[in-house]
Amino acid sequence: MTLDSPPATAPPPDADTDGGKARTRPGDRIFSGLARGSGITLLVIMAAIAVFLTWQASIALAENQGNFLTTFEWNVNADPPVFGIAVLAFGTIVSSIIAMVLAVPVSIGIALYISHYAPRKLAAPLAYVVDLLAAVPSIVYGLWGALFLVPHLTGLYLWMDDYLGWTGVFAYEGGAARSLFTAGILLAIMILPVVSNVSREVFRQAPKMHEEAALALGATRWEVIRMSVLPFGRSGVISASMLGLGRALGETMAVATVLSPSFLIDPSLLDPGGGTFAQNIAASFKEVSPAGVGREALIASGLVLFVITLLVNGLARLIIARRKDYSGANA
Amino acid sequence: MSNLTLDKAPTVDTPSAGAPLRQPRLPRWTPLGLAALSAALGTGVGLLAGLESRIQWGLIAALLFVALNFVLTKAVEGTRQAKDRLATSLVWVCFLLAVVPLLSLLWETVNRGVTVLDGSFLTHSMNGVITIQPGGGAYHALIGTLQQIGLATAIAAPIGLLTAIYLVEYGTGRLAKAITFFVDVMTGIPSIVAGLFVLAFWIIYLDMGYSGFAGAMSLAILMMPIVVRSTEEMLKLVPNELREASLALGIPKWRTILKVVLPTSIGGITTGVMLAVARIAGETAPIMLLVFGAASINNNPFNGAQSSLPYYVYEQWKLGNEASYDRAWAAALLLIAFIMVLNLLARGIAAWKAPKSGR
Repeated sequence: MTLDSPPATAPPPDADTDGGKARTRPGDRIFSGLARGSGITLLVIMAAIAVFLTWQASIALAENQGNFLTTFEWNVNADPPVFGIAVLAFGTIVSSIIAMVLAVPVSIGIALYISHYAPRKLAAPLAYVVDLLAAVPSIVYGLWGALFLVPHLTGLYLWMDDYLGWTGVFAYEGGAARSLFTAGILLAIMILPVVSNVSREVFRQAPKMHEEAALALGATRWEVIRMSVLPFGRSGVISASMLGLGRALGETMAVATVLSPSFLIDPSLLDPGGGTFAQNIAASFKEVSPAGVGREALIASGLVLFVITLLVNGLARLIIARRKDYSGANA
Repeated sequence: MSNLTLDKAPTVDTPSAGAPLRQPRLPRWTPLGLAALSAALGTGVGLLAGLESRIQWGLIAALLFVALNFVLTKAVEGTRQAKDRLATSLVWVCFLLAVVPLLSLLWETVNRGVTVLDGSFLTHSMNGVITIQPGGGAYHALIGTLQQIGLATAIAAPIGLLTAIYLVEYGTGRLAKAITFFVDVMTGIPSIVAGLFVLAFWIIYLDMGYSGFAGAMSLAILMMPIVVRSTEEMLKLVPNELREASLALGIPKWRTILKVVLPTSIGGITTGVMLAVARIAGETAPIMLLVFGAASINNNPFNGAQSSLPYYVYEQWKLGNEASYDRAWAAALLLIAFIMVLNLLARGIAAWKAPKSGR
């Protein structure tokens, strides 16, 4: 790509002889115009997303009688509409944190397994299977979560209530396990392939020389990983986790199917209730009347989600970019 | 391996000159034996304590295995080896832990999906079907999905392709940097936000109705950055010598790109586009906001509500009775099969075209 520019810029000097900008063939101009135009189209779409969401959100916020950030209510069809995102923000963050806590260590394990532990012949097909699992649509995870996972979690929740119920966080009153914690577990399962795929690639790039040097000094396999693979892969794992977090924050259907929502913040994560930004949009979209500001209010909450995911993804990209410099110097 | 333990070795080994330099090692079959032992113990404990859930048996056995392995290795081989064994077993446990739910998901889908997935399911809509009774099918949803992803691809593939060409072949300076950055940002947009944008723009602002095309636009937004990313990678793999040779023959740059660069990388580009199609084929949220869902067949994606396979799954699940659950599983199986076939085809093309990329 870098070598590509010289031939492109080289012609002008000798083209100069037949007078000024002779190299602008119409075909070239049209084609580069098209290419540049579609690049600009992409930027325009991004700008339009930000503008339209903000605009629609401002319409809703002007009508809102509650405090958008602190109201525990989502009553958009009432005459003066009252709505706030406090519960949604809480639910989104809590379910994503649960997902991260469960998924990241296991993903690192899977990544290490495929990159360093699995028998050579098994590693490639396994990596392939994990790739395929990343392609399973979220609605299928949602269906499985609602019809298979939820009934199977009741036992675990009763057990957790027995031993950890005193904390209040893990208190469980029985009933269907359609809680934020279930959503967190399902999100964890969904982001496993994402996080482990990226981590695996990073672990695989760990300098072979370092590993061999450690082995030559008599290190065990775990010591090799701890001393040469993990330090190398740390920032990669962090950015992989952030990409997974971005996915968990914006996940709609899987949460919408396993959660039974309510506009309360319940200290117990195992009891049904709560909600997330995306889930709330999916669950209440069909109930809002187009006459009021119901749709606009949902767009306002979508805007908050948009900003949060932008920040998380931006941070992940920043870490990846920084790592590029580091590994480049190291190679 | 055991040479490193010299700090310990002299004290042990010096008394008798003939003593082995190697540390005592456990036989190779130890992990297997331990696994069998702990499985037996887990079953025993489970039976004795009357634990119903087989998962608990498995967990007890796994814990026993990890603990036994650690203790035994520590006693025989030393702490460092024991830590190594512990890490190995933990990695294996992680892997199994992750595989179990994923296998269960595939098993449930296939097992429950095949019950109603037949010719009539594929050729009938839900029009006039009483939802609590068996019958009906996903034909309307299948048509909707195919039309929507077709339209989305028709929008997103050219724009994505040209953007990637711009970034690789023309792009320098701030515009290219900005595009690269925003493509990254765009990959992270949650599908529901893309749906909300089209809702705000197309349905609220332009006052258009719900239609398959509205859904296709949001799918296109989700698809574009994926196409740009993968195409960019593929174009970067094309050796510069090919471009230079073509330019040296006096061929215009646009013809060089169309006749040399693109044909060289077409396999990888096709793979990328197909993977992107597989990604968007399973999107539900934007469809729910923009296509609205319909029970009858609507062959016109530009007018009126349609359905789509993922949305059909959600709809049937929401009805909440056994007959509709069966239909939901069948549609989920159909969707997974479709996506897997796309994935396999894409990878097949990649493998088939790979040698030609000249690397």
